[in-house]
Amino acid sequence: MAIIEAAGLEKTYSSKTGPVHALAGMDLSVPEGTVKALLGPNGAGKTTVVKILTTLIQPTAGSARVDGLDVLRHPKAVRRIIGVSGQYSAVDENLTGFENLDMVGRLYHLGASASRRRAQELIDQFELTEAGNRPVKGFSGGMRRRIDLAGALVIRPKILFLDEPTTGLDPRSRISLWGIIKDLVRDGTTLLLTTQYLEEADQLSDDIVVIDGGRAIAEGTSDELKAQIGGHRASVSLLEQADAPTARAVLGRHGDGEPVTGDDGRSIEVAVSDGPLALQLILAELEEAGVALHDAGMRRPSLDDVFLTLTGRRAEDSTTSTASTASTTSTTSSDSTDGTAGKETAA
Amino acid sequence: MSVVTPKDRRPRPGRTGVPEDATTEAPLALWFSDGWIVTRRNLTKLKRSPDMLVFAVLQPIMFVLLFSQIYGGSIEVEGSDYTQYLMAGIFAQTVIFGSTFSGSAMAQDLKDGIIDRFRTLPMSSSAVLIGRTNSDLVLNTLSVVIMMGTGFLVGWRVTTDAGSALAGVGLLLLFSYAFSWVMALLGMSVKSPEVINNASFMILFPLTFISNAFVQPQNLPGPLETFANWNPVSALVQAVRELFGNTGSVPVPDAWPMQNALPMVLVGIVLLLVVFVPLCIRKFASISSR
Repeated sequence: MAIIEAAGLEKTYSSKTGPVHALAGMDLSVPEGTVKALLGPNGAGKTTVVKILTTLIQPTAGSARVDGLDVLRHPKAVRRIIGVSGQYSAVDENLTGFENLDMVGRLYHLGASASRRRAQELIDQFELTEAGNRPVKGFSGGMRRRIDLAGALVIRPKILFLDEPTTGLDPRSRISLWGIIKDLVRDGTTLLLTTQYLEEADQLSDDIVVIDGGRAIAEGTSDELKAQIGGHRASVSLLEQADAPTARAVLGRHGDGEPVTGDDGRSIEVAVSDGPLALQLILAELEEAGVALHDAGMRRPSLDDVFLTLTGRRAEDSTTSTASTASTTSTTSSDSTDGTAGKETAA
Repeated sequence: MSVVTPKDRRPRPGRTGVPEDATTEAPLALWFSDGWIVTRRNLTKLKRSPDMLVFAVLQPIMFVLLFSQIYGGSIEVEGSDYTQYLMAGIFAQTVIFGSTFSGSAMAQDLKDGIIDRFRTLPMSSSAVLIGRTNSDLVLNTLSVVIMMGTGFLVGWRVTTDAGSALAGVGLLLLFSYAFSWVMALLGMSVKSPEVINNASFMILFPLTFISNAFVQPQNLPGPLETFANWNPVSALVQAVRELFGNTGSVPVPDAWPMQNALPMVLVGIVLLLVVFVPLCIRKFASISSR
């Protein structure tokens, strides 16, 4: 049975330019003990979903249950079993790492000694010793994120929500945080994760929901999503840009659909159904035509390809998005503001 | 690219969050302890930001010295020495300005995201607000003590008894406490912490200056005189003057609130709390970082 269940979630804000539909009929179901990633560009509605499920905001319409509890009717009961780490590190800068965690424990009503013990455990587990006894201000973003994540784990939550856990982190901190998250979910915590990084969803989750314009537009494992848009990609990189038209013609003959030329004008790729054989034929024909290659190969489709196929635009290039039916915010606003862009309309 | 294989994972027993009966404490005790935990957090912040504390100590000293030394020689009040007349006004103005801190701190907490953390915890829904207004009360108490000390140095005296003086201090603090809730609501309603100072000054300057804090209302032009006589701040100042014994032979304006300053202030305090505490709690239940 699904431990997180949401149906027909809508969230509408009024703004100067008219109503903004942050969510427009979002459905979601997360089975217990699995990791689900909400993947989408800025403004898609990811943060709004998390805020509704974690009792921070109320939906305009629709219903949501967390572990069987209605988030609207029993917010406090929901808060007892969830851990949340938002997009911004919700830590008090003036408190030490230890004091932050201790305070969270006490506000979960664990009692003074249990709170202190748990805070110390988390400090050790997350290698926060350095930040343990000094005020958080002055520590790096990666360290703050770790303290914030530790704050979400004070009660060993049944369900964990992580909203863009690595946004803004340098690659090293990101990989280190991925390691921590993988360890966490190994023992069965249900995790709902939002991300705009395709690789992150691929790395951490069992199942991915692609979200755009405030609703889910596709769902499945990363392999299933990739299978939806066909098999492998054959790609070549040319030495001379002048050869591009010839190469495009060759790739077009052996691939499924139109070849795609990269921004540099020298790399061209096409979806192929019969894998390596197609690449062999392409290479042979290119050699015959006297086209010199810098590189050539096969690659499995990326989630970016999935997004491109589903929405007609790239996930990470939200500036070129056409206004979708539901969202008017996806072009400029960041996901953090999609929940609060305007004054809240009466729910 | 590696994909996590989830199939062998299964829920571990015992990972169930906080059990319903994690604590046997009564709701009231929990409410109290939640409020105290947040208060302590706010006071720690004060302790660790020495610049804020220095400002909080110096500002009251500066106000007392500036007003008494600069205006003391120029402003005449019939029936009293200006320093004696002035001090209750300075006290009131300073504690009311002090309560704006609740507003800016709420706005800042909202911006920092820590409110989102609090709101996802199963804590009492009013604890953050209680903690906020409590810590302002501590700061304002400090401020009043400092001002009274400074006032004493420039010749101000309490001419009544210790009990009345304490009642005067209590009244100042109660009023500022009630006002903290007004400011907290404002802090939760503005778009950024930067706005809150301007917004609160727009309210506080007229409220404290169109009053009997620094001048006698009878010298103000007609409509302002009426406003000053009915201004709750005037009632506060008048009541505190009476309790400290600083009224001298200054004539009390004929308006009802001035004639009955103490009950008027108490009613005002109760009204502020009755209106703004529920409004704040309701607002808090729907705010989230932006």
